Amino acid sequence: MADLKEKAPPVDSPQVVIDPTREPIVVVDDLHIIYKVYGAGGAGSSGATALMRVLKRQNRPQTTEVHAIKGVSFIAYKGDAIGVIGTNGSGKSTLLKAIAGLLPPAQGGVYTDGQPSLLGVGAALMKDLTGERNIILGCLAMGLTPEETKAKYAEIVKFAGLKEGFIQYPMNTYSSGMGARLRFAIAAARTHDVLLIDEALATGDAKFKRRSKAKIEELRRDAGAVFLVAHQLDVVEETCNRVIWLDDGKVLMDGDPAEVIAAYTEAIGK
Amino acid sequence: MSHPDRPGRGHAGTLTEPPAPGAKAGGSLAAFALARGLTQSAARPTFPQYIRDVWQRRHFIWAFASSKSISMYTSSKLGQLWQVLTPLLNAGVYYLVFGVLLNNSKGIQPYVPWLVAGVFLFSFTQRSITAGAKSVGSNLSLIRALHFPRATLPLAFTVVELQQLLVALAVLVAILLGFGVPITIHWLLVIPLILLQMMFNVGLSMMVARIGAFTRDITQLIPFILRTWFYFSGIIYSVGKLDDSAHIKDHPWIKDILEANPGYTYVELIRQNLIREYAHSPASSYENAGLLWCYAVMWAVLFLVVGFWWFYRAEERYGRG
Repeated sequence: MADLKEKAPPVDSPQVVIDPTREPIVVVDDLHIIYKVYGAGGAGSSGATALMRVLKRQNRPQTTEVHAIKGVSFIAYKGDAIGVIGTNGSGKSTLLKAIAGLLPPAQGGVYTDGQPSLLGVGAALMKDLTGERNIILGCLAMGLTPEETKAKYAEIVKFAGLKEGFIQYPMNTYSSGMGARLRFAIAAARTHDVLLIDEALATGDAKFKRRSKAKIEELRRDAGAVFLVAHQLDVVEETCNRVIWLDDGKVLMDGDPAEVIAAYTEAIGK
Repeated sequence: MSHPDRPGRGHAGTLTEPPAPGAKAGGSLAAFALARGLTQSAARPTFPQYIRDVWQRRHFIWAFASSKSISMYTSSKLGQLWQVLTPLLNAGVYYLVFGVLLNNSKGIQPYVPWLVAGVFLFSFTQRSITAGAKSVGSNLSLIRALHFPRATLPLAFTVVELQQLLVALAVLVAILLGFGVPITIHWLLVIPLILLQMMFNVGLSMMVARIGAFTRDITQLIPFILRTWFYFSGIIYSVGKLDDSAHIKDHPWIKDILEANPGYTYVELIRQNLIREYAHSPASSYENAGLLWCYAVMWAVLFLVVGFWWFYRAEERYGRG
């Protein structure tokens, strides 16, 4: 927690400048995220010691705090498609979860216009149900009426590009790529104010990548914003109009995709 | 938050745009966000709006419940038949132990339909609570991907149990008729009673859903609590007959508490209306039926309102890792 008190950001964090001509949709203001990680047990974690801990009103001893995001600030405007890049463990997924409101900020805050939706890597919405049921339930959960769901159904199936017959199988029989595709297709059936995509497109094939790129463009046109976490830099460069490079929980660069990606490639190539 | 002066960092895209006069980063970013009408991420809607949102998802609740009902038994050979077999087997065990072995059936006529009705109806509450406690935790991937009022989940799981109960009730009617229990106009009262029990179940499962979402330990504790509740609710013995026991004669308030118990209220009222022979026997609490109806309505309204409100209070925190 000590580094929370150091208010001054590192020298290389780019300054955030407000553009008054554009409509902001996500404002991240000096965001700090601290995870509590429970140790996986190990020596001395028997039932008896656990009981003593409860009696002595102690916290779980193996708890360690991970300072995953260390003072990130930026503004996303309507129509932005922002790629978030960085090495493993740099805080990309954590940042997306925080924007979605799934992680409480330790300091600072996230302000959004509308509710962000997060598409993560987990394949299925409801594993034990068929793809067909998942589509219907997903649409209804997002607040579509049964009529709208019926109208969207064919489009979703087509977009997900599942093999013949698979739509009738439970989703736990799907490959991770198929699951991720269907999930993305369901979420994209409704216009979202802010769509957060965490590696969800990584498992798709070339055809699906093309389709999802078109879908992201469409979502941007509808005056939303899209955040994309991906390790394939070519996907980020093609899809996004802006790239944020995260390193160790801080913003290293924020700007034009070609420039940021060039600098990033150079840095990790070393 | 102060920023070091760094001119010439041209790659920062936002720097190439004209800076707003007097705009600073840090604290003013929050002020800027609020001034432009942005809200803190994942804020809770107002309570009336929340109720409207839940109502708007009624199709989702029903479709979710139906899908879960169907998928629950897909991996077993007998499939949907288990919906009926499980409570029947349970009732069979209770009949053997308490009816035959301990001769509990004395004074309760006809004992078998009386027992089966009790077991079926109590397991409606029991299963709603068990499912409610897991409703948030077992649907994290749905919660994290899509935005919808979380109260729909415990609601949907209670609807699953209602659907199961309706199947069980069909079996119960067959048993009632098989034992020669006559159909009377009183059977109609079972409908509002089940609705009241449903309201109670929804409220209670919302409460345990909130507890279960943040403290998984509750799922270990719940079976124990439910079993204790079962034995205190007069499902396998008659609370009305307790008048004979010496303990109750000394402490009549114990019986008053047992009768106020919501686990007893709904089951007893439904039994009285289904089996008139039982209602008019000294074993039932028929003389207190008016009081039981008051309890039934009171518990239903109280638990539904408090449970819903309390679940809603943590809305923005469900699914947080």
